[in-house]
Amino acid sequence: MNSAWQPVRARLSDGRWHFQQGPIDLVIGAEGEPAACEAAHEACWARFQPVLTTLVSELAWLRAPLPSDGSLPVTGPVAQRMVDACLPYARQGLFITAMAAVAGSVADHLIACYHQPGVRRAYINNGGDIALHLEPGESWRAGVVGNVEAPALDADLEIRAESGLRGIATSGWRGRSLSLGIADSVTVVARDAAAADAAATIIANHVDVMDGAIVRRPASEVRDGSDLGDLPVTVAVGVLAPESVALALSAGGAYARRLVSRKLISHALISLCGRWAQVSGDRTARVPVQQTARSHAPSLALDRPEAAH
Amino acid sequence: MSASPDTPSVTSDTAEPSVVKARAPEKMASNKIQCDACPVLCQISEGRLGACDRWGNVEGQLRRMDPVVIMKRPGVDLVPADPAAWDGRLLHQDAPVFVSGVASGTTYPDYKPAPFIVASRAEGVDMVTVVTEGIFSYCSFKVKIDTDRYLGPEQATVRHQGEAVGHVTTIEYGSQFLSLGGVHHLTGGSKREGRITCELMERLGNHHAVDLEIEGGARLTVQAGRPPIVNGVEERRMRVGCGSATIGIFAKQWFGHADEVVVVDDHITGVLSEHQAGKCLDMPPSGIRLRGRKSTPGRYFQVANPGTGWGGTDIQDPLSIIEGWDPKVARPGLRLLMVSTTGEHAQWYVLDDALVPQPAPMPAPIETVVERIGENCEPALATVLFLGGAGGSLRAGVTENPILLTRSVKDLLTRVTCGGAPAYVWPGGGITVMVDVLRMPAGSFGSVPTPAIVAPIEFTLRRDDYERLGGHADRIRRIEDVWANDPHRLIEWGSDNPWPLEPLR
Repeated sequence: MNSAWQPVRARLSDGRWHFQQGPIDLVIGAEGEPAACEAAHEACWARFQPVLTTLVSELAWLRAPLPSDGSLPVTGPVAQRMVDACLPYARQGLFITAMAAVAGSVADHLIACYHQPGVRRAYINNGGDIALHLEPGESWRAGVVGNVEAPALDADLEIRAESGLRGIATSGWRGRSLSLGIADSVTVVARDAAAADAAATIIANHVDVMDGAIVRRPASEVRDGSDLGDLPVTVAVGVLAPESVALALSAGGAYARRLVSRKLISHALISLCGRWAQVSGDRTARVPVQQTARSHAPSLALDRPEAAH
Repeated sequence: MSASPDTPSVTSDTAEPSVVKARAPEKMASNKIQCDACPVLCQISEGRLGACDRWGNVEGQLRRMDPVVIMKRPGVDLVPADPAAWDGRLLHQDAPVFVSGVASGTTYPDYKPAPFIVASRAEGVDMVTVVTEGIFSYCSFKVKIDTDRYLGPEQATVRHQGEAVGHVTTIEYGSQFLSLGGVHHLTGGSKREGRITCELMERLGNHHAVDLEIEGGARLTVQAGRPPIVNGVEERRMRVGCGSATIGIFAKQWFGHADEVVVVDDHITGVLSEHQAGKCLDMPPSGIRLRGRKSTPGRYFQVANPGTGWGGTDIQDPLSIIEGWDPKVARPGLRLLMVSTTGEHAQWYVLDDALVPQPAPMPAPIETVVERIGENCEPALATVLFLGGAGGSLRAGVTENPILLTRSVKDLLTRVTCGGAPAYVWPGGGITVMVDVLRMPAGSFGSVPTPAIVAPIEFTLRRDDYERLGGHADRIRRIEDVWANDPHRLIEWGSDNPWPLEPLR
């Protein structure tokens, strides 16, 4: 084994950690008793060591379409989380590979190190897919930027410990992963990051419409070894007709509502061309809109366990 | 994309292929190459990126595609923490950010202006930073290894994977030095020697551990900022001083509790009763007769061979360095401490009737002092300095009249940094810089197949000075422009470093 492959870590000046190996980039923060947080960080670093090599040893299976009975012969702890998170979609007969939940599953696998007395709050941000640890009474806020190419704080989420929600994930065609749909972003809140990750991917695929302004190419032409094979992925979105935007948003929103009613997710925020769709299991969770530069975007306070397991 | 209100300071944008950092690719079928930068081992077609977006295939060469690294001063918000106060701009007006040379790319051949020539304001002064990556054939790493253990003879060849990659150079107080890399090994020997040397240098500079073997000496593992490992044993402490210095420091604290103290050291072994420090305390002679070559009173050279035993010698039984006792002076019951220069080895003895030292439990006051020796030892580390010459054609990317840049560096009008870390500019001709690699971000170094090392370098000076020395003034861009239009990765500034944009003069 090439020793240059070892994971690296760097402490940021505010005490957060940055762990990196190959395609995995984690930013980790913890609050609470300093000794407890430090011990948790060390445990997390130790747990991080075999993560990528273990994933790689089962990569061929993880990149293959997930059978509807979920029968993949994988044994790695992260791989099993990936399969579990993607299985509901495979059962539906949808095309999905376990890779749809890889980032969230890594974050979930590691956040367990922070379930320790003395650690009040912690988060592991794996490139936008975030796993949380919250002690009772704690909460966590996140801002959502809908389109990285026109950045603005578009929405504001607050997750309270009582909600039982511990995962946030974002997907879209503009990010690092490929998408079959055209959403600028789909942000999902769910019980854990793996569930949110898989759901965001699939919802983003459903935010779609037939429109000549959308350019698609086979995934295999965009990225070598893509788990999406020759499926057409979005590579550019020109100016869309307003009715196309509305259609795509409502298609994505309808699908997201099904996931909410199946209790797979709690909330979804879909952004497309400056317009938003919001799906929430709990209508009373909506709070007055936070006044931001673009105040049309929703804010959510999540305090109920809407996405039961 | 989502972001927490405390925006993650590590962000990554999809990069355009801009960086000339290459590794020798492993040829695959057709136009694919296999990336060996991480265990995923992506097979990448021409023009594509690997799974990490960091490495890609550019014209059949594996290249690092990292976007340029921009550094932000810690404790400064780039956007207001209060969402209501945010105007949507990603960079605050006077935000202290610095475009570093890390992954900035080069503009070979050199007459082309450097990849980034960035204007910013610091304390009301217009500054320009010329940012590039240098391709260095003439460069090396100097490694300081805090140990007294025997590493090998001076001038001995240092090998990595069987290839000569450097040599043992002059020992200094408490530490031993290696010089690794350099043009001789990179391009003066066999192809394999050059490749192995280049790999070693890149890894050492990027804060990774490397295994080394010294001809006629030790096997080492060194990593910047980590304890060195000598023959499989991790070195923990630097010696407090040589044996004589240890006597000098602790003589008074032993006085009255011991009749004789021998501090075992590969360089100078100290004997308390004979040493000047003992004399000043009116200690009577003990009658001890030590092996080795007497230097001055109470100081002995070469009591044993160098090794990994007591005090950097090869001895396991400290009594083996005692030749005997003068029966006219020594007396039964005499109390003797033998201790190493790190306090890691210590044994208490009492002379029996036949004047043979017999091990005995160490009294508490003596134990306290032995522990204090340990406390006074600093942690043993390996530290790594990069030494490179930037006085050549690289200067043409900065100015059309390179000698003016050299002079301005010498006159301290231009500040030189490497990956944002302060560089010591060696006096005399050229621009020979020396940098602590730990002050640079991990992963700052790359390589090209020549083989040569790629290292970041930035020249910061006042804008009026830059124009005066014939700089590429028409290529100056505002920092906000770079921020908005160039793929970049934001990291926190190493807070131990002085901020490079502080105005000069």
